[in-house]
Amino acid sequence: MKLITAVIKPFKLEDVKNALEAFGIHGLTVSEASGYGRQHGHTEVYRGAEYTVDLVPKVRVEILVDDNDADSVIDVVIKSAQTGKIGDGKVWATPVDAVARVRTGERGTDAL
Amino acid sequence: MPEIDAGNTAWVIVATALVFFMTPGLALFYGGMVRAKTVLNMMMMSFGAIGIVSVLWMLYGYSMVFGNDVGGGLLGNPTEFFALNGLVDDVSGGLPTLIFVAFQCTFAVITTALISGALADRVKFGAWLLFCGVWATIVYFPVAHWVFAFDGEDTVGGWIANRLGAIDFAGGTAVHINAGAAALAAVIVLGPRIGFGKTPFRPHNLPMVMTGAAILWFGWFGFNAGSALAADGLAALAFVNTIAATAVAMLAWLLVERIRDGHSTSLGAASGIVAGLVAITPSCASVNVIGAMIIGLVAGVLCALAVGLKYKFKYDDSLDVVGVHMVGGIVGTVLIGFLATSEVIEDTNGLFYGGGWELLGIQITAAVATIVFSFVVTAIIVLVIDKTIGFRVSEEDELKGVDITDLAESAYEYTDIPVGGAKSAIHVKGNQSDKEEVKA
Repeated sequence: MKLITAVIKPFKLEDVKNALEAFGIHGLTVSEASGYGRQHGHTEVYRGAEYTVDLVPKVRVEILVDDNDADSVIDVVIKSAQTGKIGDGKVWATPVDAVARVRTGERGTDAL
Repeated sequence: MPEIDAGNTAWVIVATALVFFMTPGLALFYGGMVRAKTVLNMMMMSFGAIGIVSVLWMLYGYSMVFGNDVGGGLLGNPTEFFALNGLVDDVSGGLPTLIFVAFQCTFAVITTALISGALADRVKFGAWLLFCGVWATIVYFPVAHWVFAFDGEDTVGGWIANRLGAIDFAGGTAVHINAGAAALAAVIVLGPRIGFGKTPFRPHNLPMVMTGAAILWFGWFGFNAGSALAADGLAALAFVNTIAATAVAMLAWLLVERIRDGHSTSLGAASGIVAGLVAITPSCASVNVIGAMIIGLVAGVLCALAVGLKYKFKYDDSLDVVGVHMVGGIVGTVLIGFLATSEVIEDTNGLFYGGGWELLGIQITAAVATIVFSFVVTAIIVLVIDKTIGFRVSEEDELKGVDITDLAESAYEYTDIPVGGAKSAIHVKGNQSDKEEVKA
């Protein structure tokens, strides 16, 4: 099994959620995050003064999937989160050793 | 020179401050109802209306409403009192005319601000300011002249107040029906928010909504009892009716929710309060306390049902300006035709007090005339602004939230991590990300 983690633009969450739902993903976890990629170091003006700000608000989406689905799910995220502008985010997969559904105790892919 | 009556003047000065405070109260009422990402924009729409409409009022608005009629009872002469020309020492009805100018200014401001509730989350602040100025000038000022300008000894006023002879004590037609019909036209032209009907747009701060409702009720005593323009029995009657109708309307709205949804809500209480206040506005000086309670009951029930219509007919009247102000305004204006009683208003009886159908017909005519004029002219204004400078923000900005994209601010900064505004980059000179974008 794999854990797919996507860090995306907050306003793209709805699109990503819908695309994952359409693909057949039934569960995910969402949290607010902040960070930067290559766009870091932009300046903002507030009340006449300039500030350098590197962190920008992001949303982190985490999805547990079967090994075979990992690449497709990454594609789904790319397609639905992409604006083509800088700051669209990242998506990656990490191996997962064990998964259990708390309610039933099911293990492995049955718990997905 | 006529004498100034100090007692009456003192009350009208206080009442003016009360009504003025209603618009910041409205900002809280509306602001709490939207999502956290648009609360500042929502509140700024009320504050913006205070700015623009007050200035126009002093320049030519007062003159367009209370200047001598230019023909047909449709409009006052805009140049007669331009920039309050000649009013500094003027005294009328025992009041310095300038305090009457200020009192009526607060009505123009809140009427315009009321419309903003329908346009939550999706319009440009600049376009809204332009709308406020144009709408006040070609919709509110004429309608206020129709309703509020009474004939003088050698001056002619508006057609609804004088020729038609409708009863509208504090502005059921000119203020509430007017704002509600305008809101309906605006949302039909501009269309719904992204996600309307699919996403529940839950209020982000209900205590703020309740605080706003409390300020509105408090300020409304100035609105209704102040409209007596004297510290007298009529003001006291309006005051009592403003309590009675509003209390009943709140209870009625809560009861409808309890029966229909299984639970009453605080948002329902706040909405019921405003529905009651709206309905008693035109009628507070022509009905007795039982009449006021009946008006509150009908307004509470009908408005609670009316706010559901937007989902059926698919118009995104975001914060229920149509359901509360237009419907509540119609209830109050029309019920005068049934419930007016000579016990409180000289020689006038509604249908239930043996007065016949005539008054009812007059009241309905006043309501319909206001709806038609306001709806048609507002639709044209909104269409023109949308086709020229654009009224709505882009889809992306709407999803990010107009606070950060339009004002470069967010209402609640709860994190210590130094996070920048999602879109504040747009307001920046020499932004690095633009350069990188070119490279990429």
